[in-house]
Amino acid sequence: MKLPPFDYEAPETVSEAVELLAEHGDEASVLAGGQSLIPLLALRLARPAVLVDINGVTELSGVSAADGWMAIGTMTREHVAEESESVADTVPLLAAALPYIGHEAIRSRGTIGGSLAHADPAAELPAVARALDAEFVVRGRSGERVIPAAEWFEGYLMTSRRPDELLVEVRFPTTGRDTGVSFQEVARRHGDFAIVGLATSLSLSDGAISDARLAFAGLSDVPVRADAAEDLLVGERPSTELFDEAARRATADVDPPGDLHGSSDYRKTVAAALVRRGLRAAAAHALGRQ
Amino acid sequence: MVDITLRVNGATRTGSPEARKTLADFLRDDLNLTGTHVGCEHGACGACTVILDGRAVRSCLMLAVQAAGREVTTIEGLAPDGGMGTLQQAMWDSHSFQCGFCTPGFVMQATAFLSDHPDANEQQIREALSGNICRCTGYQSIIDGVLLAAERNRAH
Repeated sequence: MKLPPFDYEAPETVSEAVELLAEHGDEASVLAGGQSLIPLLALRLARPAVLVDINGVTELSGVSAADGWMAIGTMTREHVAEESESVADTVPLLAAALPYIGHEAIRSRGTIGGSLAHADPAAELPAVARALDAEFVVRGRSGERVIPAAEWFEGYLMTSRRPDELLVEVRFPTTGRDTGVSFQEVARRHGDFAIVGLATSLSLSDGAISDARLAFAGLSDVPVRADAAEDLLVGERPSTELFDEAARRATADVDPPGDLHGSSDYRKTVAAALVRRGLRAAAAHALGRQ
Repeated sequence: MVDITLRVNGATRTGSPEARKTLADFLRDDLNLTGTHVGCEHGACGACTVILDGRAVRSCLMLAVQAAGREVTTIEGLAPDGGMGTLQQAMWDSHSFQCGFCTPGFVMQATAFLSDHPDANEQQIREALSGNICRCTGYQSIIDGVLLAAERNRAH
C-alpha cells in the first residue's frame, strides 16, 4: 500500500530533532534508514502523525574508537560500518554480524541506530549489542542518559527510549586480542530474518576460558543471553564435551515461538547446534588472534 | 507538497511530491520513468531497485523528498541511446527473463554490484542478487547473464 499521510519534519541538528520529539512525543516516529519503518508505514502497521527524518543530521553519522570503546553514531549506515576497517579491528563481532542484515540494497540505507531502536528480536544487531553489553546514549530536552543493553530491550519492538528522546550513539566495548568471536545464523534464505541467530564471544587466558558471551536472536521477544551456559564455560578448557554441555544448558530453559518458519522444538534444536558451532568458531578465532 | 531538485539519469529534475510519496512512485508518476517497477511496496521483492549516489537502494523504502540533491540512476539511464548496455545484452543472450517484471530491479542491483566487484564469482553474484525475487526463471539464467556480462566486461 501507499504510506499514510504524516507531517514531515527534517531537522538538521540533534537539538532541533530533540525539540521536535519533545513537542510531539509519542505522536512522532523517528525516520533513520527507513528499512523497517517504511514497510511498517506501507503496511499501515504504524501511523505516526509526524515523521522526524534525521537523515539530514550529519553529526549523527560516523564511527570513532577511543578509551576501549567504539562509538557509532545512530545514523551510520550499515554498509559504512561493514566496510570500516576500524570496526572490523575493534568490534569484530559487529563486523561478523553486519553481512547477515537484509541484502546489499537494504544495508545501503539501513542504519546501526535504526536497527537497534527498532529492536526486532530476530534481527542481528540486538543480539550483538546484548552479547557485548553495548551502551545506548539517548538525548532529550533535559540531557543525556546512557542505558546498558541489558535494560535497553524491553519487548517486541520496544526499548527503554522515551518518546521524547533520540538515540544518538551506540557504544561497543572494543574486543581484546585474547578474544574470538562468531556470528551464526540459520535462515531460509541469506538475508531473511533469522529463524535463530547467535552472537558468540569467547576469551581465552592460558588455554582456559576467561569470559564467555552468548546472545540469541529469534528465541524470544528480546535478545536473550545464555547465562547458564556462560557460567559453565568460564574457567574451563575448550573441548567438544564442554561445548555440547553448554549447548544443552543454553537451550534448557528457552521456550521459543513457533511459526511457519519453524516450530518451537525446531528452533531449540537449531539453537543448540548454533551454540556448538559458535563456540567452536569463536575458540578457533581466539587462538588465531593471539 | 515539498519542492525538490535532484539529478536523474544525468539530468536535473524538479518536482513537488507529497512527503509520503516514495521515490519509486515519484519516478513513475511524476517523472514518467515507468521502467522502475513496483512489486511488493514494502522492500521485500527488489523490483524497484535503483542506484542512488552509486549504491543500489530500494526506491520504495525511501521518500522522494529524501532524494533531493542526490543522483539517481534508473533502468532508463543505463543505455540512453535506446540500445542496450553490456549487462542488458548479456542477460538478453542468456534468456535471463521471462515475464520481465522483476528484470529492472535485477539489472540495477547487478549493475551496482559489478561496478564494485568486476571479478565476482557465481557465489558472490548469487549472494548479491539474493534480495531480488523472480517468480519465473528459477534464477539460474539470471546468474548466467550476470556472469556473462562480467566476463565480457573483463575482456574489454
